[in-house]
Amino acid sequence: MKPAVFDYHAPRTVDEALGLLAQYGGDAKPLAGGQSLVPTMNFRLAQPAALVDLNGIDELFYLRQGEGGLRCGAMTRQRSVENSTLAQRLSPLLHEAMPHIAHTQIRNRGTIGGSLAHADPAAELPALALALDARFYVRSLTDGRWIAARDYYTGLFTTAMQPEEMLVEAVFPALPAGSGWAFDEVARQHGNYALCGAAAIITQGEDGLVKNAKLVFLSVGEGPVEAFQAANMLVGERPTPEAVRAAADTAATQEIDPVGDIHAGPAFRRHLARVVAQRVLTRAAARASAEVSV
Amino acid sequence: MSTRHFGQPIKRNEDPRLLTGRALFTDDVQMAGMLHVAFLRSDLAHARIREIDLGGVQERPGVAAVYTADDLGDFWQPGPLLVPPPPVEQIEFHQRTQVPLAKEKVRHAGEAIVMVVAESRYIAEDALDDIYVDYEPLDAVVDLEAALADDAPLVHDDLERNVSASVVQSKGNWAQAEAEADTVIRRRLLYDRGTAAAMENRGIVASWDEKSQQLTIWDTTQAPIAIRNGLAAMLGLSEHQVRVIAPFIGGGFGPKIMMFYPEEVLLAWAALQLGRPLKWIEDREENFYATTQERGQVHDAAIALKRDGTVLGVKDAFLHDAGAYAPYGLTVPISSQCTILGPYVIPNYHSEFVSVFTNKPIVTPYRGAGRQHGVFVIERLLDIAAREMSLDTMEVRRRNFIRPDQFPYANEIIFQDFTSLVYDSGNYEPALDRALELIGYEAFTREEQPRREAAGERVGIAVVNYVEGTGIGPYEGARVNVTASGKVSVATGVGTQGQGHFTSFAQIVADQVGAAIEDVHVVTGDTDLFYWGAGTFASRGAVVAGNAMHAAAAKVRAKILKLAGDRLEAAEEDLELVDGQVRVKGVPETSISLGELALEANPMRGGVKPGTEPGLEATEYFGPERGATASGVHAIILKVDPETFLLEIEKYVVVHDCGTVINPLILDGQIQGGVAQGIGNAFYEQLHFDENGALRNASLMDYLLPTATDVPNIVSDHVVTPSPLNPLGVKGAGEAGAIPVGALFAQALDNAFRDIGLEVREIPLSPNRLFELVSEAVAEGAR
Repeated sequence: MKPAVFDYHAPRTVDEALGLLAQYGGDAKPLAGGQSLVPTMNFRLAQPAALVDLNGIDELFYLRQGEGGLRCGAMTRQRSVENSTLAQRLSPLLHEAMPHIAHTQIRNRGTIGGSLAHADPAAELPALALALDARFYVRSLTDGRWIAARDYYTGLFTTAMQPEEMLVEAVFPALPAGSGWAFDEVARQHGNYALCGAAAIITQGEDGLVKNAKLVFLSVGEGPVEAFQAANMLVGERPTPEAVRAAADTAATQEIDPVGDIHAGPAFRRHLARVVAQRVLTRAAARASAEVSV
Repeated sequence: MSTRHFGQPIKRNEDPRLLTGRALFTDDVQMAGMLHVAFLRSDLAHARIREIDLGGVQERPGVAAVYTADDLGDFWQPGPLLVPPPPVEQIEFHQRTQVPLAKEKVRHAGEAIVMVVAESRYIAEDALDDIYVDYEPLDAVVDLEAALADDAPLVHDDLERNVSASVVQSKGNWAQAEAEADTVIRRRLLYDRGTAAAMENRGIVASWDEKSQQLTIWDTTQAPIAIRNGLAAMLGLSEHQVRVIAPFIGGGFGPKIMMFYPEEVLLAWAALQLGRPLKWIEDREENFYATTQERGQVHDAAIALKRDGTVLGVKDAFLHDAGAYAPYGLTVPISSQCTILGPYVIPNYHSEFVSVFTNKPIVTPYRGAGRQHGVFVIERLLDIAAREMSLDTMEVRRRNFIRPDQFPYANEIIFQDFTSLVYDSGNYEPALDRALELIGYEAFTREEQPRREAAGERVGIAVVNYVEGTGIGPYEGARVNVTASGKVSVATGVGTQGQGHFTSFAQIVADQVGAAIEDVHVVTGDTDLFYWGAGTFASRGAVVAGNAMHAAAAKVRAKILKLAGDRLEAAEEDLELVDGQVRVKGVPETSISLGELALEANPMRGGVKPGTEPGLEATEYFGPERGATASGVHAIILKVDPETFLLEIEKYVVVHDCGTVINPLILDGQIQGGVAQGIGNAFYEQLHFDENGALRNASLMDYLLPTATDVPNIVSDHVVTPSPLNPLGVKGAGEAGAIPVGALFAQALDNAFRDIGLEVREIPLSPNRLFELVSEAVAEGAR
């Protein structure tokens, strides 16, 4: 379990890093927290020609309130978000979900950008980004562009980024007034990959009816999976236990097609999806109601 | 007054070194000019090797040597059979043992094919990528029943069937028991594979010193003496030319006593070839293939009972997964066969098993060593029988316990140590009573459980019993030497892998020679410091080596008293050994220190009297006539999330009887660790092989070990029934925690889901499997 030979670069600026990525023409990998990439290299499943270490690029470490919501530099550690009152205020769903990501030691190194770009279907951050309508700023040496989370995830461990591009910032928009949120997941042991997880957002009007709803799963498909139909069932309705149960049922039976692995077969995953969906929708609805009644 | 150390909860002497990272482990050994070894291992479980293309690997910079089976010449030999077949009348046995490097054919995924020696492990692993093996894939033997089909592929081509062994043992007359029974319960029970996953993987450093003609091996082995003897014979060296050191080891659990692992013989051999020190440290991925595993068995069991719950007999036929080779003989299946009898009077027993070769890693004992399966079978049968007969499940156990006046209790069949299975001692009912009291059985079942179930919770309770044959022979030895510094040196041949030997052995010796516990320095597992011994296995260290310690220390005590009597001009019976001094009782100022006495026993001038030996030293050996029978009861309250099928252990009780207790703190640690592995075995750990024999979860990402948050603090208590088979009255405790946990989980889950008639007949479980079993039970109930 030793990695194959690779070049190592430690640039100090994003431009320098992008130059290196361009120079290797797709054979180099940016090294963020390294919590997935390094084990993969040790198993020799990944053998990049070079690592471009982003840990010395100061301009990628930030968390601030800005245009569009919570702006998060790609190298911001997951632990920083977890410990941030700013994140808690601007993006309480994101903040609440952080402790579900692996273990403290991993979150100390793991980054927001690294996890978003790795696109592991069992990861929490891609599902959260989708639920929150996050936007990603992606740069290459010559260009920069914004990609919406819903356009970013294109399949198993794949994104809309080109090999020479790099994710430099994620923006998590604040929730509209009257919104409630929740995140939950089921893992065999805390910190392990979730067998199934879900994020929910419910926005209620003054009349107590649901104006907008979102439900996004992780670990049930090739990437984060949004349950549009279930969400639509709630819009215009009161989020009663019955309505929530019906939406969770629809999501679990019609909107996901989970595959089995050694930890959970398709039937159990579907069952858990229903359980988790019901839990997060119920909690999000309760929070939304509390918001509205204030 | 000197405090008695024996029996006291003394903190471990070795822990400061271990906890501060100052203990020597094999990977800490660094030597000038050392080379590093990596192995090319088979990707396939079963294949013919057409050709090995080394692809210029020898020319890769930094590569020192590359060996295939053909390069080993006459040194290429199948390994020895560690344990011969037992003296059982009805037995079939085919010896097939592992080879150093696969030749012509690979028989399990991960079997080593090529050995690469290089300047670093990095270069060695790079070099592996240069090599190409051309395989002819063969159908793999994975499932135990399919392995015995007429058209099954053969793991060993020269055998007619994939049968490693078959054994029939019986007592009484099962047919008669069956005929006389009011009820006969029959079930198929499954127990699947796991791995010990010791914190430290295996590792070897081998160094040949040309000038002193001395081979030194640091090895993560539980049996350094046997390794020395075997390597010396294989390499044509005298035993005095080979020194094997088993330093601190991060967990043994059985798999570290497989002899010989291919890496052990290859590193020693290559160190002689190359004249440079070699190191191989097993990585975690290799550990999933190259270190032995345990536990695949399929039982078809039956129990015959009278209406009142009295057991008339048990019949069991099982298949045992031996893996690709069977160097450890029949230790595991024989242990399963014997453990089924449990703490119960079972007058008629018929047991037969077939040990099956499969294309999976080798099976050798792992903590429990087949006993888990035996406990699972008998405890499940009793649970199911009680339910079907509407009897109280604890009452059924009480009714069948062997009574205290029935010991020694002969079970008539042959045990894994080749002696007749005779329980030396035991007292089962008080342990059960104590466990029921500590878990709060009465209050829980009567009040708490109904209340919580009414509120929608699922929570179950379980209590299971087991016996464990421990402390088997052949023998161990110890040397105790009081030195001129006043410190006491103690050496024994067994290795240590975390058991607390440096403390518990010191306690035994300290009491005899009157030294402080910190002044007793124990050395284990260095063949140059103690020549004779067998090893650390089968919960035998405290029993066998401990009693040798006691005997040697008693002899040294006699020498101390004799010499001190002369010097102090006092009768020996008037002397006492206190705080490193020999004193005349009541006249504490008339004394001599142990150090002074040691100096006088080894004088530079004058004479050592004829008939006496120099020094205050003695070496003694202890070999029990047979193993001491430990026993215990585990109890649990287990909460199940009815939606996610995740478990929470709310309370866990162990009441254990390992005879006289040397150190209750160490004992509790042993139990706690064993239960942790048992919990892993019951609900987290399972090796998933696909139909091609590929292991689907060969990493700690997918092979789940219980973590600190999954293992509760255990409430433990002890019943003390000293063993009559050794002077200290001790019995083994190393495996006790791990053995009954599967049976316990099964009973607790049945209990939690008793309204739907859940009947757990397999271990390990998982949330997914529990979901499936509960869904099936619900569907069954609806039909």
